[in-house]
This record gives sequence, C-alpha cells and structure tokens, in this order.
Amino acid sequence: MTVLDDAPAAAQAPEAVPQVDFDTDPAQYRHWRFEIDGETAWVYLDVAEDGGLVPGYELKLNSYDLGVDIELYDLTQRLRFEHPEVRSVVLTSGKDSNFCAGANIRMLAQSSHPWKVNFCKFTNETRNGIEDMTANSGQTWVAALNGTAAGGGYEMALACETILLVNDRSSAVALPEVPLLGVLPGTGGLTRVTDKRHVRKDRADIFATKSEGFQGPKAVEWKLVDETVSRKQWDSTVRARAAEAAEGSSRPTDATGVSLPPLRREITDDAITYPHVRCELDRDARTATITVLGPEPGTVPESLDRICALGADFWPLAMTRELDDLILRLRTNELEIGTWLVRTQGSIEGALAFERVIAEHSGSDWLVNEIRHYFKRTLKRLDVTSRTLIALIEPGSCFAGALLELALACDRQYMLEGIFEDADEEQEPAQIVLTASNFGAFPMGNGLTRLQSRFYGDDDTVTELHGRTDERMTGAQAEEAGLVTDAPDDIDWEDEIRILLEERASLSPDALTGMEANHRFVGPETMETRIFGRLTAWQNWIFIRPNASGSEGALRRYGTGRKADFDKQRV
Amino acid sequence: MTSARPKIDFDAKIPNNVDLASDRKLQRALERWQPNFLDWWGDMGPAVDTKDVYLRTAVDVGRDGWAHFDHVPMNEYRWGVFLSEHDPDRKIAFGEHKGEPVWQEVPGEYRADLQRLIVIQGDTEPASVEQQRFLGATAPSLYDMRNLFQVNVEEGRHLWAMVYLLHAYFGRAGREEADQLLARNSGSDDSPRILGAFNEETPDWLSFYMFTYFTDRDGKYQLGTLKESGFDPLSRTCEFMLKEEAHHMFVGTTGIDRVVARTAELMNEHDSEEVAGAGGIPLDMIQKYINFHYTVSLDLFGNESSTNAANYFTAGLKGRWQEERRKDDHVLTDDAGAVDAVRDGKITSTEVPALLALNQDLRSEYMGDCSNGLKRWNRILEKHGIDARLYLPHVGFNRQVGAFAGQRISPEGKMIPEAEWTANEGDWLPTDVDKTHVRGLMHPVLEPGKIASWIAPPSNGINDKPVDFEYVHFN
Ligand SMILES: [Fe+2]
Ligand SMILES: [Fe+2]
Repeated sequence: MTVLDDAPAAAQAPEAVPQVDFDTDPAQYRHWRFEIDGETAWVYLDVAEDGGLVPGYELKLNSYDLGVDIELYDLTQRLRFEHPEVRSVVLTSGKDSNFCAGANIRMLAQSSHPWKVNFCKFTNETRNGIEDMTANSGQTWVAALNGTAAGGGYEMALACETILLVNDRSSAVALPEVPLLGVLPGTGGLTRVTDKRHVRKDRADIFATKSEGFQGPKAVEWKLVDETVSRKQWDSTVRARAAEAAEGSSRPTDATGVSLPPLRREITDDAITYPHVRCELDRDARTATITVLGPEPGTVPESLDRICALGADFWPLAMTRELDDLILRLRTNELEIGTWLVRTQGSIEGALAFERVIAEHSGSDWLVNEIRHYFKRTLKRLDVTSRTLIALIEPGSCFAGALLELALACDRQYMLEGIFEDADEEQEPAQIVLTASNFGAFPMGNGLTRLQSRFYGDDDTVTELHGRTDERMTGAQAEEAGLVTDAPDDIDWEDEIRILLEERASLSPDALTGMEANHRFVGPETMETRIFGRLTAWQNWIFIRPNASGSEGALRRYGTGRKADFDKQRV
Repeated sequence: MTSARPKIDFDAKIPNNVDLASDRKLQRALERWQPNFLDWWGDMGPAVDTKDVYLRTAVDVGRDGWAHFDHVPMNEYRWGVFLSEHDPDRKIAFGEHKGEPVWQEVPGEYRADLQRLIVIQGDTEPASVEQQRFLGATAPSLYDMRNLFQVNVEEGRHLWAMVYLLHAYFGRAGREEADQLLARNSGSDDSPRILGAFNEETPDWLSFYMFTYFTDRDGKYQLGTLKESGFDPLSRTCEFMLKEEAHHMFVGTTGIDRVVARTAELMNEHDSEEVAGAGGIPLDMIQKYINFHYTVSLDLFGNESSTNAANYFTAGLKGRWQEERRKDDHVLTDDAGAVDAVRDGKITSTEVPALLALNQDLRSEYMGDCSNGLKRWNRILEKHGIDARLYLPHVGFNRQVGAFAGQRISPEGKMIPEAEWTANEGDWLPTDVDKTHVRGLMHPVLEPGKIASWIAPPSNGINDKPVDFEYVHFN
C-alpha cells in the first residue's frame, strides 16, 4: 500500500474522467519489462512512481493503477501471439524491496465510483486471462514473490499456477484490504484463496483480517503459497520451477510469432471506426451501434502457412482485436452510452468458410487455437459489460457460428422477418446459422455455452438445436426455435426497435445493470462467476458505503493518521 | 407481403384523413381487425333488426364532412378514422416537457402509460354499445331509436379511433391490445370491461338518458384531458371525438328534459305527484335515477389523490380540463391543492401537492357541468308550475371509490349510521319496485311521429327533418 502523505481532500470532487487509451507496446512500457530466455519469459513489475495514468497520486511501492494494468494486458497478448516459443512465464518484481503493494490507495480514494468499478473489472479480466494462458495457451505462469505481495499484489500472484515466496523473515503475502481499508480484496483475492488454493475458511478469515499477512513457512502451511525459498536458493529454484512449468506445454518448438501492430482506428466525436469493426454513437439516444464486418467469401486462407503469413491481418484475429479494443474503450470512456446495438455485415458463406478453417486447426495449431481463445475472452468481456446489449439481425448480416455468439451474448435479439421493402439494393432475408462453434467452442464464465445458458434446464432444446447445425434459419424460424426474441417484419421493425430503445433508455441504469447480469449468468457458479458476481457486487456495494468512501470512511482516512469512524450497524 | 389477398378499397370503406390508402402498416392491421370488429358488431351491437337508419356519418373533419346524413343499413355503416386538423406549431402545454414540440411518435419512455390510457378509454367505447344492445326493442319513438343507433355507431367509431392509435403507433403490442378490446365484454364473468360502471346493464330508456347525460359526460372530461396530451395523434383523435360526444350528451340532456316535462304534464293533469298509475315516471323516481347514475359516474374519476394522474401530468400525457386557459405555471410542482377526506367521522379536506389532486380537480369540473342539467330540468318544472325540484346529491353519497368509499353519507352530505342508511336507501336509490315500474313502461312505439306515454315528444327532428320523419326503416 502506498502511504498517503496528506488527506485526499479533493477525493469526492467530480473530476474530468480522462479518455483512456489501451494502445501500448513493449517499447512504451513504463511499468513492466520482460525478457525471453529460451522457453521462459521473465516478467518484471517495475512501476514508475511518477507514471500514474491520471494526476494526483504516486505509484509508490510497486503499486498499480489502470495504466499499469493496461501494460500487463498488452504484455500477455504479446506473449501469446508474438512468442510461441514461450512455455512458462515467471512473474516477479523489478524492485529490491517488495513485490507489489497492490492497487494504489490514493488512486482508489480519489476515483469516481465508475472508475473504480471499471478498473476492477479490467484487472479481473486480465487475471482471468492469465489463468486462461496457463490452461489453454501452453504458457504456464509462476509467481516468484521476491518481496512482500500485499493486496492486489498477492491477487496477481493468485492468478498464477504456482506461487513461490522468498523466505527472508520479512517478506510476506497479505490481504490487508479489510483491516486497513475497509474494502475487499476484490480482484479475485477472497475467491481464489478458498476456491483455487483451497485454504480452509477459518484460516482464510484470519488471513484476510490480518494486515501484515504471513511469511513463508506459515504461508506454505496454510497453502497460501506453494513453496518458500531462501534467498540463497531463490534464483536456482525459480529457474527450476519455470523449467518444470514449461514441461508438457502444447506450444510448438519451431513456430514464428505473429506480431501485433498498432490498430488502425479512426475516432471522431460520434464514431470509432476500424477496418473490420464500426461503431456509431448516438449521444442523444445514448446508444452505440457496433457493426462487425464479416470476411469476404473467397478470402479464406487455404493453408496454415498462409494464416501465419497473414498474421494480424487474418480476419478473425484482426476483427477480434478491434472488437476487444472497442469494448474496452466504450466501457471506460462512454459511460452514458447505455445500450449497445450489435450488428454484423457480410457474407454468411464467408463467415462459414472461416468457421471451417478455425474448426479444422484450432486443436492442432497454436495460432488458430490462440485466436479462438482470444475471441472467447472477448465474448466474455461482453458478458460482463454493464450495458444493455441488443442484437439486430438484418438482411446483409452474417450471424453464423462464432459470429452468432455475438448475438447470443446480447440481452435480446431482434431479427427482421423478410426484407426491408424499400431498400435500395436487392436483399436476401436475414438468416442465422448455428455451427459446431455454438456448442462448446466459446464457453461463458459459468462454464456453459451461451445456448445452454439461454435454454438453461432445457437440454432437449439444446440437443435439438445441435441437430439443426448448418441450417439457414429465417426470422420466423429462428423465433420459433427460440434463438431470437422477436422477428418483426419490415412494417413493424422500425417502431418496435425505436420504442424498445427509448423505453430502455428511460429505465434506471443501475437496475438494468443488476438485472442483466443476473439474467446473463444463469445456473452454476464457477470461480469466475463468483468473482464477477458475488465478490464484485459486494465490493461495489462497499465502495459506495460511507464506511469506505465517506469522508470519515476507511478508504479516505487511510494514511491520514486518523482512524476511520464507522457506522456500526451491520446491514 | 405480396399475397393474393383481395385488396380492400380502404378509402371507400373506411373514410379517413390519416392517409390510410398509403399506410401499409395500418392497412395490414386493419385488414385483420376489421372483420373481427364486424363480427363483434353482429354479436354485441344493436339487437333490433332494421333495414336502414337515418344516420350521420363522418366523412371528413371539416364543417361539411363530419355530419353527413343518410339512411344507411347498420352493418354497412362506414366507421371512419379521423383526427382533427394538424397544427404544426403545437407545443406541449404542461408538465416537465412544457414548451417542447408535441410528439408525433410515441416516446418509448411513455409507451406503457400511453398504451394504458388509450386502452382504458378504448374499452369504454364498445362497452356502452354492449350495455345498450337490447334498448332498440323498446324505443319510445323512431326518433329515439335513431338517436340510440347514432350513439351506438359513434361509440363504435370511437373504438376505431382508439384502435387506430394502437395500430398506428404501438406495434405488435398495440395490435394485441386492439384485439383484446373486442374480446372483453360488458358484464362478462370471464373477461369484463375494465371499468366497473361499464359492466352495469342499461336496462331501460331512463337509464339510457341518464347514462348519456352522466356517464358520457365523464367521457367528455376524460377526452378533454387527453386532448391536451403531448402525444399529438391522441390529442387530435380526442378533439374530434369530443364533437360526437356532444351529441351523445344532447341525447341525454333532452331525453331527461322530455321525461321531466311529461312527468310534470301528468302531475298537472292528475293534480298528483303519483303519476305511476298514469303511465309516467314519478319525480322522486327520476331523482333516484339521477342519484345512482351521478354517483357511479363520480367513481370513474378515481381516487381524489392519485400518483398515476400526477405522473401522467408531469410526463405530458394527460392534462387538466381546459389546460391552456388556466392561469398557473402548468407544472404544479410548487402548488398545493385540497382533496376530500373523511377524518374522525367528519367530512373534511386535506391539503396535498397539487399534482396529486388532479383527479379531484377534474371531478370538480365535471360536477359543475352536471349541475347545468339540473337547472334546466328545474326550469321545466317551474314552467309547469311545480314546486318540487331535482338536485345533485352530495359528492360523498353512494360512493365506491375514493375517500368516501365505505362511508354512509346521505344525499344532503350528512355522515349517517348504517341503520339510517338502510332505512332510507330505498328513498334515495332505485329500488326493484322502481326498476320494475320503469321497465314496465318500456314498450316500443314504431309509428313515425308517435311517442310513448312516459315521455314528451322532442321539440325538433334531426337535421331539420320533421319529428314524424321515418328515421328508421324496417325489413
Ligand atoms: Fe365515446
Ligand atoms: Fe359517447
């Protein structure tokens, strides 16, 4: 934790929220560096104190803010795509004294509620992404805690497969949020301690209320870390664990990476345009219309070599990167755009041709596999986005297979039955197509497919739909099959959509966020849904309570030398 | 859809000023709804078999168009869709959108509320046709029978007007509601009409006149508030409906005029208040009918203090009576109003924010209007040299809705114990004996120019035709 030198007096003043940019690359990193040594990437957290994303705080003690995490996210993406040779990743600190003090307290204290929430969501997604790398990318993460890892610092380590803690009689792991700050270890910490590391709940209770945490031996005993190692043995042990982690990786030995060049993107006041994704903002209606442009038929690469050669220009990768960037930008920078309309445009044949290539190679080829998981994670970003999502399925759209997942991720789906009678061009009625992709390639955070979530408790329907893969369904058929909410025809379309959007815009944004999140994540809880649901919801509640963010609350009083003055009622 | 369905010639079949001929959305909706409407009219409309009736048909909104008279077979009546003239500069006159241009489309934010308001209004229109279904069989004259049918076809047209709004502006949900308007029926156990008063039967002609005087007048006030709506199509529709509603109230006013006049004649003839034996309706029986119909209609205005009414007002959906002539800020957020209340066994009033008092405000306007009829009828009594007078009972008398519901209050406005109520109820409200007497007088008089014993003839015919004109032809 960064020690605050004075009271954050301006903390609740409405500050201009900066426009956040997610573009970066290793040459621009201020807080991270990494070295590739054979099969292992050594990743060093080395935060620049004066490198905060917004003014008002110093990133002391390797504490982080959104800017630090944007670099971490970029780094994970580069390891995946640009470094196929990497089979294990060692996460450690570039400082001598400590590993990481977690999220910067002064930053949290001065931030608006939406900023805090967005920050936590993004960091959670990156931590989940790190686990996804270990699980699905053949790049296993090892946390080498060469100093104290507190709060968010320990939570970062929890995302790794293995945690080593130096045994120097001072370094510790700790979750001091509850005792010191009156908030939760909200970046998965509480959840992973029990759900992933299987720490007994009474011990977890002690650990989470003991601000100084535990040093090596006790931390091992309580399963908070896997191993504690003396300074003398440190380097060799970490090296050995990294080598072990690399064993059994699915990564190829002879592949060339795909470089991720800066995105081509044009931003105006009311549009964000990429080559494969377009977004138009209607600020009066508070909607964003997101159009994903499908691939052209005939452009599908005939071989894996060709896919590699295309690299970041390969349509699925290019499109996913743009969509990912757009989601992050809209989420962070356009808080009042409450409804996103999701459209696609392109040829169904083209979309299906790419489907076949992905299906054919994603089991065997590292790059195709990587792209599939990237699209999976991007869909998950949509799932946890606190905006109303509405799919508009119109003539000229290409909601087939993987792209159909975009529609299924939405809260509602409207599909035009027939064609627009007064369209300028000749039209085919809109169609949607289920493919094998819709039955397991892109699971949600709850471990179910979007179809299983949609038809929760009705496996027969899912089985029946499985029998209808590759069928072209029109609006009426899709409505009948339960795949779309409604299929108005040309005459009704405009009114239905307009009224729906206006009605939606009049509802409480908070109630919508809660309602949508509840509807999207049906059924079983997983560690992921517990983090995004239970932990986040509690954390966000605590964030708005005076006991945390009131002027006498713990978050605001931290580092002022004065004790928090709690409202003693348990609610 | 380019199916081979036979094209309906919309403009010929359905007189309108909403450009129906080029509106695919409306056409499709009406193509489906119109046959259902005709079925409903056949099943639930006037039960008397006639060849044709001298009716007014609106073929346009202009001075010449809206009152076009001819003998028309009832099932060939051309129910039209008319909105009053469009004013391109019209602004919302009240509420939080005051001063903004009126809406030509339904604002999504208010879709549910507007749809509800239209459905409730729309539900009353066919309800009254159903309530009056059998009256034709006992019409006191051809003139009256014609007036009944005129009211009926126009209530049918008012249904069309509301259905037009649902079809044109509310999409699929609107079409479903339009279907429901035909599926609910007055007095039905399974699916009654929405408002209580519209599930009461209209068993005799005295009730019919009372209904058109008191209950249609409620309609006038509801339409008057919707005429102020920021949703322009609703406003324009209601403005045109008000013209027709005026005729319905004319039927009620003059109908009661003629009953009172006949009763006065009989009283003088027999020098007695007891005119029942002479085939008339005694004055105290008329008073009981007034008491009943007035109070049932007062209930239609809802609770004195209403958050719904406040929300509708603030949203700009439903204004006050004569909103634009009122001298206040038309926003009312800082004003207070008094509403009736009963406290500690006393009739009193409570101060509430003005926005919450809008139902009572409208009801007060209505009560003032109702009293005009009483003056009229008392003048008739006076002219006949009769001292007795008719009156409106106290607002708290016989109420089922609002502050007075469940209270026992005499027509003079005294809180009374249950026993006193029970002892006097038969003097204040129509008894079975009264109803049986009135019903016993109901015999059809089908000869042109002739009139039943219990009612005086009208002073003028319709559209400058003589009173003995053959207003109805039979098969
Ligand atoms: Fe009417
Ligand atoms: Fe009427």
